[in-house]
Amino acid sequence: MLTKRIIPCLDVDAGRVVKGVKFFDHVDAGDPVEQALFYDQCGADELVFYDITASHEGRQIMVDVVRRVADSVFMPITVGGGIRTLDDATKLIQAGAEKVSLNSAAVKDPDLISRIARKFGRCATVLGLDANRVKKPDGREFWEVFVNGGRVGTGREVVAWAKEAESRGAGEIVLNVMNSDGTLEGYDIEMTRAVSEAVHIPVVASGGAGKPEHLLKVLTDGKADAALAASIFHFRTWSVPQVKDYLAKHGVHVRLTPELQHAG
Amino acid sequence: MLAIVDYSMGNLRSVQKAFELLDVPAKIVSSPADIRRADKLILPGVGAFADAIAILESSGQAEAIKDFIRTQRPLLGICLGLQLLMEKGYEDGEHTGLGIVPGDCVRFSVDQPPASLKVPHMGWNSIQVRGDVPLFKGIESGTHYYFVHSYFVRPTDARDVAATADYGGEFTAAICRDNVMAVQFHPEKSQVAGRRILRNFADL
Repeated sequence: MLTKRIIPCLDVDAGRVVKGVKFFDHVDAGDPVEQALFYDQCGADELVFYDITASHEGRQIMVDVVRRVADSVFMPITVGGGIRTLDDATKLIQAGAEKVSLNSAAVKDPDLISRIARKFGRCATVLGLDANRVKKPDGREFWEVFVNGGRVGTGREVVAWAKEAESRGAGEIVLNVMNSDGTLEGYDIEMTRAVSEAVHIPVVASGGAGKPEHLLKVLTDGKADAALAASIFHFRTWSVPQVKDYLAKHGVHVRLTPELQHAG
Repeated sequence: MLAIVDYSMGNLRSVQKAFELLDVPAKIVSSPADIRRADKLILPGVGAFADAIAILESSGQAEAIKDFIRTQRPLLGICLGLQLLMEKGYEDGEHTGLGIVPGDCVRFSVDQPPASLKVPHMGWNSIQVRGDVPLFKGIESGTHYYFVHSYFVRPTDARDVAATADYGGEFTAAICRDNVMAVQFHPEKSQVAGRRILRNFADL
């Protein structure tokens, strides 16, 4: 039976791992390869590296980071942030990324999803969707897609965009709800569930994980296929095995590690 | 020398690095001559079935792979490398595969009961090992491997099935037919459990 994935997310700025709170205020906290090896050993199911470097030089640094990480750990790696062209995606996949995650560029040029899916397959093409609950002038709530690191609203509705991305060739969606991001107060269960039920591709919940109960809730009530978390793992508040033990005790199928400890 | 076939479909680096970590030298090859010369062959790959077959055929690699297999040396297919071994694939139309293993390759259905199956099948799933296959030496049923695929193979001869997994029903996770072995999951991305498979293959 397919297990639910637990995915630590590492924000990378100029080759160093950092973690933001509410998207903007970053603190430095480590070397990407060391971090990846640590998560590999504690049985993380996948790793997401999110490049927050804006500069052009930053792109090349990220390719090097991915290559160094993929040469030392043997687990699936997704890279997101700043991927604007098929060429950007190609470089990252050739460096060893399993999947690339498109955010702003996919909104500006939705055909980019199709081009990457055609070249590397749907399985390698991820939509990173930054969502925000906003109030319209008439008081109604609107689930809006944001771009540029969560700074700019697009007027697009979250569920509609998720469905469009699926039809264009995305093989997975990482839904990051910005109202919850960095709060440690829990994922947006309602929005995650709405997106997960609207598409036939896996949905990874992101934003708000503060304790194991939050992951349990989004993987059950929220119908997410995987849960991504940054701060709780990064600052060692909770370990991946602790979270998985908790989930297993509450009836969620997870891969308990280590299996085959002495193999290889 | 263990050789990894490069036919421009996806990332071979992880496979090569995974063998390196096991102190097994692995060379990336693309010429038909190098394929025929290998002691052991890895057929990796991600991407579309039709594109892959077209490249393998036009480059002469397909013939070289078939020649290699006829000499009874071991071959390991990974993911798309498993699917290509079949007679037919149904990704964007009907396409002829390498035809080494009788059977075909079809898509998971999102409408399959009990409903709302997510496709691609993506993540860690446990396998059930069938019989006594050297590739799975030391690996117990229930061990998890990393899968990422929308299509799965259906061998005609049940004896070719070396392992199964469950996703909206049982499907073939690995095949073994004489010297031809292949897995649907990614051993090179499956941490320790994956390295054990690569070790077993290297030790054959």
